[in-house]
Amino acid sequence: MAEEKKFAAYICKGCGLGERLDADKLAGIAQKEGKMQVVKQHDFLCNADGVAMIKNDIANEGVTHIMIGACSRRAKTEAFYFPNNAVTRANLREGVIWIRPDTEEARETTQDMAEDYIRMGCAEVKAMTAPGGNVNTGSNRTLLVVGGGVTGMTAALEASKTGYPVVLVEKTGALGGWAAKLWKRIPVHEPFKAPADTGVSDLVAQVEADPSIKVYLNSTIAKTDGAPGRFVVEIATESGGINTEDIGSIIQATGFELYDANKLPHLGYGKSPNVVDQAGLEALAKAANGGPILRPSDGKPVTSVAFVQCAGQRDPSGEHLPYCSGYCCNASIKQAMYFKDGNPAIDTTVIYTDLRTPGNGEDFYRSAQEKGVIFTKGKVGSVAANGNNCTVNFHDLILDDQNAQIEADLVVLATGQVPNSGVNIDMTAEEKADDDAAEAAATEASAASGQPMQFSKKVSVLNLSYRQGTDVPQFKWGFTDSHFICFPYETRRTGIYTAGPVRRPMDMVQAREDATGAALKAIQALENAQLGRAAHPRSGDLSFPKVRLEGCTQCKRCTVECPFGAIDEDERRFPLFNESRCRRCGTCMGACPVRVISFENYSVDTVGSQIKAVDIPDEFSEKPRILILACENDAYPALDMAAMKRNEYSAFVRVIPVRCLGSVNTIWITDALNAGYDGVMLMGCKHGEEYQCHFVKGSELGRYRLSKVGDTLKNMNLETERVKDLEVAITDIDNLPRIINEYAQQIVDMGMSPFKGF
Amino acid sequence: MAKKQYAFYPGCSSQKGASASNYLTSVESMCKTLDIQLTEIPDWNCCGASIGYGEAGELPRHVMNARNFALAETNLPGQDIVATCAACWLGAKESKERIEHSSLLLADTQEALKEAGLQIKVMPEIRHMAEVLVEDFGFEELGKHVKNPLKGLKFAGYVGCQTNRPFGIAGENFENPMYLDKIIETMGGEAVPYDQKVTCCGGALAFSEPEKAQAQIKDIVESAYDNGAEMIVTPCPLCQANVEIYQGHINNKYNTKFNIPVLYYSQLMTIAYGGSAKDAGLNGQVIRAPKLEAIAK
Amino acid sequence: MSANQQMAAKYKNSFLKEVEDQVEMGEWVKMCMQCGVCSGSCPTNFHPGWEHPPQEIFMMIRAGKREEVLTSPSMWMCTSCYNCIVRCPRKLPITHIMHGLANYAHRLGVAPKGQPTRAFSKLFWNNAIATGRVNELKLSIGLYFKDAEGKINIGQGIKQGLAMQKVALGLLKAKRLNPFEIFGGHKCKDQKGIHAMLKKARELEEKRKAIKA
Repeated sequence: MAEEKKFAAYICKGCGLGERLDADKLAGIAQKEGKMQVVKQHDFLCNADGVAMIKNDIANEGVTHIMIGACSRRAKTEAFYFPNNAVTRANLREGVIWIRPDTEEARETTQDMAEDYIRMGCAEVKAMTAPGGNVNTGSNRTLLVVGGGVTGMTAALEASKTGYPVVLVEKTGALGGWAAKLWKRIPVHEPFKAPADTGVSDLVAQVEADPSIKVYLNSTIAKTDGAPGRFVVEIATESGGINTEDIGSIIQATGFELYDANKLPHLGYGKSPNVVDQAGLEALAKAANGGPILRPSDGKPVTSVAFVQCAGQRDPSGEHLPYCSGYCCNASIKQAMYFKDGNPAIDTTVIYTDLRTPGNGEDFYRSAQEKGVIFTKGKVGSVAANGNNCTVNFHDLILDDQNAQIEADLVVLATGQVPNSGVNIDMTAEEKADDDAAEAAATEASAASGQPMQFSKKVSVLNLSYRQGTDVPQFKWGFTDSHFICFPYETRRTGIYTAGPVRRPMDMVQAREDATGAALKAIQALENAQLGRAAHPRSGDLSFPKVRLEGCTQCKRCTVECPFGAIDEDERRFPLFNESRCRRCGTCMGACPVRVISFENYSVDTVGSQIKAVDIPDEFSEKPRILILACENDAYPALDMAAMKRNEYSAFVRVIPVRCLGSVNTIWITDALNAGYDGVMLMGCKHGEEYQCHFVKGSELGRYRLSKVGDTLKNMNLETERVKDLEVAITDIDNLPRIINEYAQQIVDMGMSPFKGF
Repeated sequence: MAKKQYAFYPGCSSQKGASASNYLTSVESMCKTLDIQLTEIPDWNCCGASIGYGEAGELPRHVMNARNFALAETNLPGQDIVATCAACWLGAKESKERIEHSSLLLADTQEALKEAGLQIKVMPEIRHMAEVLVEDFGFEELGKHVKNPLKGLKFAGYVGCQTNRPFGIAGENFENPMYLDKIIETMGGEAVPYDQKVTCCGGALAFSEPEKAQAQIKDIVESAYDNGAEMIVTPCPLCQANVEIYQGHINNKYNTKFNIPVLYYSQLMTIAYGGSAKDAGLNGQVIRAPKLEAIAK
Repeated sequence: MSANQQMAAKYKNSFLKEVEDQVEMGEWVKMCMQCGVCSGSCPTNFHPGWEHPPQEIFMMIRAGKREEVLTSPSMWMCTSCYNCIVRCPRKLPITHIMHGLANYAHRLGVAPKGQPTRAFSKLFWNNAIATGRVNELKLSIGLYFKDAEGKINIGQGIKQGLAMQKVALGLLKAKRLNPFEIFGGHKCKDQKGIHAMLKKARELEEKRKAIKA
């Protein structure tokens, strides 16, 4: 069909719009200024009759582009669902009448606002095309699970039960991971009173018996290429050969190592065989096989044992782990029961600073108290080895006794989890040097002690062939990055999910939940990839970035900045978009200095033309104009919700939703200031260590870019306050209107922009 | 309503000429109006009170209470034991709970009781008079008998500890029990909100650690005054005595001018039910309550 | 060997076990989770606080600090207000444990000498069981004319008696203190039975504790 465009505007008069606004005037503007070929009003546009009217125009009148002047684009999405058309909204309800007082004095400014939104909607829809969909999709339905521990096995089984084939790769010679090294586990069923069977052998048996799970033991990932739906993964196998598997999506469940107790000589580790870490105690318990646990130094049954919590954890000095691993209190309680359940006469003391036993762990804790395990609140300073005995020196925090002591046959250090997340691709040169030195020292130590070395941070897990690096990006302390609240399993590599302790410290129950969640997300990802649809947070979006290569200067900003590593480079060093890896945030579009990247329904032009469409009153009108570019994930919904609460804000603002602050191209701000806007507010999510950005790095990158706007303002001889950057959370429903009003007042006080009317 | 019968456990302080004799006087008047028949448990003995713990040990405390259970059950079968003293109620209820909870303790108790020729066959219920009023009558019923409402009088309902913790009146909140305020309001008075409603008066430590106890009493009285109360009302003999009789000592020590009457709920009820000042035992106040005496019939 | 030395020897270094066996509700001590709500809820733990508030006492028991616990005046500061019991998130019967510890220290003869609450408790109980009912007049006389060890001390008595004179006069005037109680006053009829019963109860209790030890 020839691309005959026909533009239509529909103006709704329901929800009070008809009473509060002059709809005829709005229709006139759509027709004359907006140049809409079809303009219709309706008393109740989202009802069956209204929707039928639009559908009829599409089917019989050849309407292709639709501008709906009604409620927010976040409302009535099912009624106004026209998948084959370019559609936009002028937000007259949440954006205008709900945030304005219903008074005679306010009527004029309210109408001004509505008219501008109609102008903006018409301008936007004219710059849009309906997304045609990605043609570069893959349809592989196999999941790759990396790691054969409890998390990996659970993910594999869950995926298989849902009907998806799985390839499971385990680097060691057996399935089971850490859990297989445990004597017993923390109970997961009522009454939560005693250690329970690990259940690992059952899991292993299930995996082995499952015909849709293909297990590679003693194998690693040599190379991961491609994108969701069409990954090609090379597996280095036991024999030294390479097997290639076609994969739809990936779950990385590579787990953890215990923090290296060799770094804790002050706690006696390495000085006495009677000081062990939690894994050491599990080994002793396994060796005892239900009998009395023996003291390593002389093989005599242990008569007293002390557990040192937070050993090398929650360390504020920066020398050891700064965080709490969360599971070790329960693990020590469990291990204390290994002794008490066998022989109540064994003195069993847990020395803790804060006992953390969330959920049913509280019952487990209470059960240990009932069994006579002594809990002492104290901070252990040192453990001294004297012959077959150890002396634990600690500061009793309740009795404030600096010189408290406990004698014990055996001391167990709760050292916590360190993620096995592969190479840190974001490491600075300095960090890398430190890391290399540490690694060299560890290699040396392992050679001297004859013990196998702990995992290496230099060895990649996935060996991604992505431009940005071989592994998924990490967040804090080596754990993999994901949006903690909204999409916990979603890494910054679309179609690759992390689950279990590689994502954050956790116990087995949490790891199994994680595995199940990640399996479902991975399935969603490969199904979406097949249909060319985006994953979170723009689920279902069919648009994807298009680049006009003839204008590209090969500056590489897009390839470097893409938070999801979606863009590689081709042999001519032009950006190569892997559409299925793209999350549609538009950060590349915001970054591009020559503005050659755009989406069919979101581009420099769709936003730019809206900015230009606003009617800017002259300098003497006392009607300043403030442009708000609001993140569609948090700020825009917050504004909508403020409207639902009828929180009023200034009629001087004009709001344009953006996909992410990262997609904001500085040209929009320059254009706005040149057009005579008096102020610009940018509303994006929190960035940094506690980021809330739905595209993880988008708001941070956007802000960095926008920090340069100050120079533009200076060059234009404008006050720096004319551009305001705001961190907005979705909960700022009451704050936001106040902040907007304060800013509007500030602009009034500052005076109008001199750039009007040029 | 039909006559209600209970096995009455007045306790040591409610005897004639003892520190809570005015409590007993008013309870008797109140019960007459409500058609409650209290029959004293024959030859009842002391509950041991809380303070007995230091010397008594556990079992001796329980057998003292158990003796009362056995006497009540033998002589007044089927009747709930009703105590007016908070400590008697608590002590007895605690012993009942422990004995019921442990077969060993029950066996030992029976063995000791045998020495006094007694035995527990059926464990009677132990009630406080406030429970009887709230549960067996209810505020609506209690209100029906009001002939002389305590209009315009402001009371601080001082619940204190032992009718409130650890057992309390069913459905009440330990931090803010309401039953006493509701009784005051049912009688036509005003219950002022104040923040020391459940503060401890010092209990037996008023004797052994007077400084500490009086500091607590000062807080209670001060808060009642600050919130506009004209009188304090309580369900407990030791609370009543401690809060009333040490006001002079507190005035000397803290340079205050406390002189607030401290009454029993039963005294308010007697007056509201149309009784005289004498019926209500108002002549038994160390700090007289002229405003209540003035409206008494 | 004193009773105290005997028990210390029997339980060697496990004071917690000793408390579990010998102290009323002592088996609950191990369940404390050291939140400190009891200490913050205690009306007498302020201006000044207890030497060792309940939370601390529980920790001391676990740490085997036998001597410091048993000789402490802390437990004797309990007013039996039960605030700690109703607020304890672990539902420890803290009031009863405090009473039990005080009673145990008293029984072993190591509770602080001259501790006024200890003396009053003894006075009260003996007064109550003498006739089966409390004689308030004798109780006051005993309180104000005897020193903490129970010996008649006229000097101290007159001083305290004078301080209490106004209170006593007020009660006399209100007919709430009866001077004739000195001649006997209220009493139970079956005093013999009560005494026999209590004797038996003490025997049985001692037997039970001895079995545990």
